[in-house]
Amino acid sequence: MKRSGFWSDLVKYRTLLLMLLPAVLFFIVFAYIPMTGVVLAFKQYTYDGGIFGSPWNGLDNFRFFFESGQAWQVTRNTALYNIAFIIVNNVLQIAVAILLFEVANKWFRKIFQTMLFLPYFISWVVVGAIAYNLFSYDFGMINVVLTTFGMDKIDIYNTAEYWPVLLVIVSAWKAVGYGSIMYLAAITGIDTEMYEAAEIDGANVFQRIFKITLPNLYPTIIILVLLAIGNIFRGDFGMFYNMVGNNGLLFANTDVIDTFVFRALTSSNDIGMSSAAGFYQSVLGFVTILFANYAVRKYDKDRALF
Amino acid sequence: MSAQLTSKVAKPEGSDKRLLQIIGYLFLALISLFCLVPFILVLSSSLTEESSIIEQGYQLIPAVFSLEAYKLLFEFPGQLLKAYAVTISVTAVGTFVGLLLTSMTAYALARRDFKWRNKFSFFFFFTTLFSGGLVPWYLMVVNYLHLKDTLLILVLPLLMNVFYIIVMKSFMAGIPDAITESAKIDGAGDFRIYLRLILPLCKPALATIGLFIALGYWNDWYNAMLFITKQDLMPLQYYLYKMLGNMDGMRKAMISSGAVVDLQIPTESLKMAMTVVAIGPILLVYPFIQRFFVQGLTVGAVKG
Repeated sequence: MKRSGFWSDLVKYRTLLLMLLPAVLFFIVFAYIPMTGVVLAFKQYTYDGGIFGSPWNGLDNFRFFFESGQAWQVTRNTALYNIAFIIVNNVLQIAVAILLFEVANKWFRKIFQTMLFLPYFISWVVVGAIAYNLFSYDFGMINVVLTTFGMDKIDIYNTAEYWPVLLVIVSAWKAVGYGSIMYLAAITGIDTEMYEAAEIDGANVFQRIFKITLPNLYPTIIILVLLAIGNIFRGDFGMFYNMVGNNGLLFANTDVIDTFVFRALTSSNDIGMSSAAGFYQSVLGFVTILFANYAVRKYDKDRALF
Repeated sequence: MSAQLTSKVAKPEGSDKRLLQIIGYLFLALISLFCLVPFILVLSSSLTEESSIIEQGYQLIPAVFSLEAYKLLFEFPGQLLKAYAVTISVTAVGTFVGLLLTSMTAYALARRDFKWRNKFSFFFFFTTLFSGGLVPWYLMVVNYLHLKDTLLILVLPLLMNVFYIIVMKSFMAGIPDAITESAKIDGAGDFRIYLRLILPLCKPALATIGLFIALGYWNDWYNAMLFITKQDLMPLQYYLYKMLGNMDGMRKAMISSGAVVDLQIPTESLKMAMTVVAIGPILLVYPFIQRFFVQGLTVGAVKG
């Protein structure tokens, strides 16, 4: 009886297991088997040997990656950009959500929401085209405006210093609709009795926002920020690649781990080093997300990822 | 599920309320315009005569109105139509199959009487924590699965996503167990219960997740950039990407679509017209589908 437990379960759950089969196969092929490919980071890749037949070369790939001086640069850029995105995006989204909630006219609220959500729906390629429309030295809108006011043109695509600010703005632009709707949902969930009580006590609207709305949002904010911190070493490849592309002049300020790995793979065909950099990122990401989850779990057990 | 994002705050009366309304409208109007204006700029740039752009740059209101760029796009639409066909078919097939697999997987995981559901949930979830990175994945697709330059590789990577499975699962967990139980007593099999009873109850979640999947396919250029070299298999976004970066390529595409060889191409307005054509369908359906996205986000926010 005991021995047959597993087999009888297998029969009992056969349909459910069959329903899971495609997904299981999918994740084995596209996630788990590639995971074993991390061994490439310790190998001298040869085309004939493939992932598993190529000879080992110890830590040479990592040595090359770290000694190139690129490792520190891309890690720093990835982390700093993500920190800036987390701060700017969340502050903006919370402000927008609170004001959307407070705005009295329903019709206006809908119009605002529709416009704010628009950038979320377009691809990064289109964002890249819009950026060109604005930033291009010869024809860009920004330079048109500058020359109209008699100022000198700025060469955005050749000046690395502008990019940290620009990328933060672009990120905020794309994410503001999405994030503010999430926060708006959380605000809508706040018990209205609290507002009524505050009103009776004579609190003005600003006190209401800072004493009721914001404190009630803290749990949501903390969770979302912690989870975002868990992904701090994952760069948004689509954004960086479509905004900057292969423009080496800007790399000092714009190269993130993801774009670095991509270039090492596709332009220099350096399989060894790009796997080493990828592996480095995966481990870094894994550790930070475990840490973030631990923090979430401490704060609110039910909201933890696992 | 029904996300009524309506304010329950009373109408403004006092001076503090009026002040807040003024701040609110100004700030929101500013940010909203900031979100909208770039789209208008692209549209009007695409409608501006080329020589006017060369002289004065892109402008919010066309100095000299011209439909030349669109005329050119639609006069020789060969490659563009192919890119549209690729995107539409990939989106349709991927969304349908993706929804089917996502909901099927979610149903098995949502069944409380399924002994191994936590083990399987973790099996899926772990892939979001650790990945082998781009390189092994790329080599796997190209050297082992031999999917380079196939339509299949545009469909497969976006087919399933752990986050959608989780959202779907939490939605299904809200359906009373009694439905499954009583159907089982009546002798219905698990798959039949899923297909006939559960799926119809999941319509709102299916609509939302289906739209997220569809948007993902429509906007995908990454997989094409990695794996597609044949022009005939390029999806719309990647075609746009190529054209933006390579006007010479655009000229060649025009020629292969039947344009005369020494054609003068209004490159700057054409870039913007291409962009408009690539976003167009999304903007057309946007007002109708926005609601579902709001619903989906709300579910995600509440249920994590």
